[in-house]
Amino acid sequence: MSFNIELDAVARQYGSVRAVDGVSFAAAAGEVIALVGHNGAGKTTLIKLMLGLARPTSGSVCVLGQDPAAGDVTVRRRLGYLPENVSFNPALTGRETLRFYVQLKGGPPKEAEALLQRIGLAHAADRRIGTYSKGMRQRLGLAQAMIGSPAVLLLDEPTTGLDPELRQQFYGIVREMQAAGTTVLLSSHALNELEGNAGRVVILNEGRKIADGSLDELRRIARLPTRIRLTAAEGGARRLREWMGEPKGLRQINGHIVEIDASPEDKAAFLRRAAGEGAPFEDLDMVPPGLDELYAHFLAGRASK
Amino acid sequence: MKTILLLSAKEVREGLRNRWVIAATGLLAALALTLVFLGSAPAGTVGASALDVVVISLASLTIFVVPLIALLISHDAIVGEIERGTMTLLLSYPVRRRQVLLGKFLGHLAILAFATCVGYGLAALALVATDMGIGGQSWTAFAMMTASSVLLGAVFVAIGYLVSALARDRGTAAGIAIGIWLVFVVIYDMALLGILVADQGHHVSGGALNALLLFNPTDAYRILNLSGSTEIAAASGMAGSVQSVALAPAALIAALVAWVAGPMALAALAFSRREL
Repeated sequence: MSFNIELDAVARQYGSVRAVDGVSFAAAAGEVIALVGHNGAGKTTLIKLMLGLARPTSGSVCVLGQDPAAGDVTVRRRLGYLPENVSFNPALTGRETLRFYVQLKGGPPKEAEALLQRIGLAHAADRRIGTYSKGMRQRLGLAQAMIGSPAVLLLDEPTTGLDPELRQQFYGIVREMQAAGTTVLLSSHALNELEGNAGRVVILNEGRKIADGSLDELRRIARLPTRIRLTAAEGGARRLREWMGEPKGLRQINGHIVEIDASPEDKAAFLRRAAGEGAPFEDLDMVPPGLDELYAHFLAGRASK
Repeated sequence: MKTILLLSAKEVREGLRNRWVIAATGLLAALALTLVFLGSAPAGTVGASALDVVVISLASLTIFVVPLIALLISHDAIVGEIERGTMTLLLSYPVRRRQVLLGKFLGHLAILAFATCVGYGLAALALVATDMGIGGQSWTAFAMMTASSVLLGAVFVAIGYLVSALARDRGTAAGIAIGIWLVFVVIYDMALLGILVADQGHHVSGGALNALLLFNPTDAYRILNLSGSTEIAAASGMAGSVQSVALAPAALIAALVAWVAGPMALAALAFSRREL
C-alpha cells in the first residue's frame, strides 16, 4: 500500500524548543485525518514540514512520493494548502485572486469560475476582498486549496471563524474531496466538530504524538464512561432510582432527572434494565465521551507518565 | 518563464490598485514639470539648451527621489508577504523562490519604468510645447538620463529585496531601508568630500576616488548624467571633474548593472535559506 503522506520520526527544533518531536504517521488516499492539539502543540510546524517550508532536524518527510523540501516543485500541483491566517491582498477582487492562483498551478482560467460557483462566492467575485466577511475570505482560501483537484489537502485550522452553517458546508466539501480519493489533513482545536467528519484523529501535545486512531478506537482505549440520563415524570426520580436498583454512581439531578456515568462494561446491563417493560421514565439521553474528554484523558495520561 | 510573468503581472496589478503607480508617476511628473518651468528662466542667459538644464536638474533630483520610491515599494516585498501569510501560500504552489523574487523584480521595475518614463516624458513634452530648437544631442542626453534613472531604480529595488529577505519584520525592514537611503544619497558623498578636503590630495589618488565613486550607485548615476556630454558637463560645472575622473559611461553603466545583480543574488541566497 502506498501512502500520500509518510512521516517517519520527524523532529524539528527551533533553538531549544522542540516544536515537533519524533512524530510518525502515514496517510492513505481518501483518508481524512485531524491533527488535534493546543495552540503550540506543533500542528502548524508539522504542516510546514509537509509543505517543505521547514526542513526536519531529524527523521524524514515524504509527500506524494518525495521529500517536499528537496524535491521537484511540480509535485505541488497535486497539493492544496490553506494557511491558518491567510490575508489575500484586500485591493484585488476574489476573481482576480483565484485566477492568479489557478494560473500559477497551470490550470485553465475558467476553473476559477467553477470554483467560485462551488463555494458560493460567485455573487461576490468582482468585489474587492477588503469588503469580504471572514467567512467569505475563508471560503476563498478553501477554493484556492481545491484548485486542480489535489491528491493531498493540508488545511490549517480551516473552520476557525466560520459560522455553523458554513462549517457544515465546509465538511460537505471535505467529504466530496475524500470521496474523490483526496487525502485530507486538517488541524483543529475545535474538537467536537470533528465527530463524524474525521476518520482518524492524531492528538499532538508539545510536539509529540500522544494518540492516533479513529474516534471509536480512541474511546475504547481511553475507556471513558458514557453518560446516561433518564428523565421521569415530575417527582418520579425516587421511583426511577428504586426501579434501577440504586446502582452505584447514580446521581439525582433534580426531582425528575437521574444520571449515571456508565463504564463500557456496565453500559449494556444498565440499558437493559432501564428498557424493561414498564420502566418509569419518559426520556433517555446517552452522551458518549466527546473529543474534549478524550483529549483531556490522553493529556492527563501523558502528564502522569 | 510563464510563472515569473504571472507573478510580475500580479505585482503590477497590485501596484495599480494600491495607487503606487499613480503616486509615483504623479510625484515624478510634478517634480519634473516644476523643474522645466523653473529651469527655463536661466536658460537664455547661460546659453545652455533648455533641455540640458532640465537634464541636469532632473538628474540631481532623481538621485533623491527614485531610490526612495524604489526602496518604499521593495522593502516590504518579502518580509511583508511572510507576515501576511501569503508567502507560505505562494510557496505551496509549484513556484521556486527565485521565480518569486524575479517575478516581483520585473513587476516593480515595470512600475518604476512607467512612472519615470511618463513623469519625465511629460516634462519633455512641456518643453517641446514651449521651446524651440532643441539639439539632437540634448535629446540623447535626456533619453540617457531617463533610462539610467530606471536603472538606478532597479539598483534600489534589488537592495530593498536584500533588506526584505534578511529583516525579521516589516518595521525593521523599513528602518534599514531608510538608513540605506540616507547613507547612499546623503552621508556617503559628504563623508567622501570630507575625506578629500582633509586629505588635500596626498593619499587618495584619482584611481582610488574612481573606485570610491563606483561603490555608490548614486554617484555612478550622477557622473554618468552630469558629465555625459560636454555641453552638459560645462553647464553643470562638472567639466573640471570630468577630466580628473576618468570613468567611461560603459564602466559606470556596468557598475550600476553590478549593483542590481549583486544585491539580487544575495537576496535570492538569503531568501532561499530563510525558513517560514
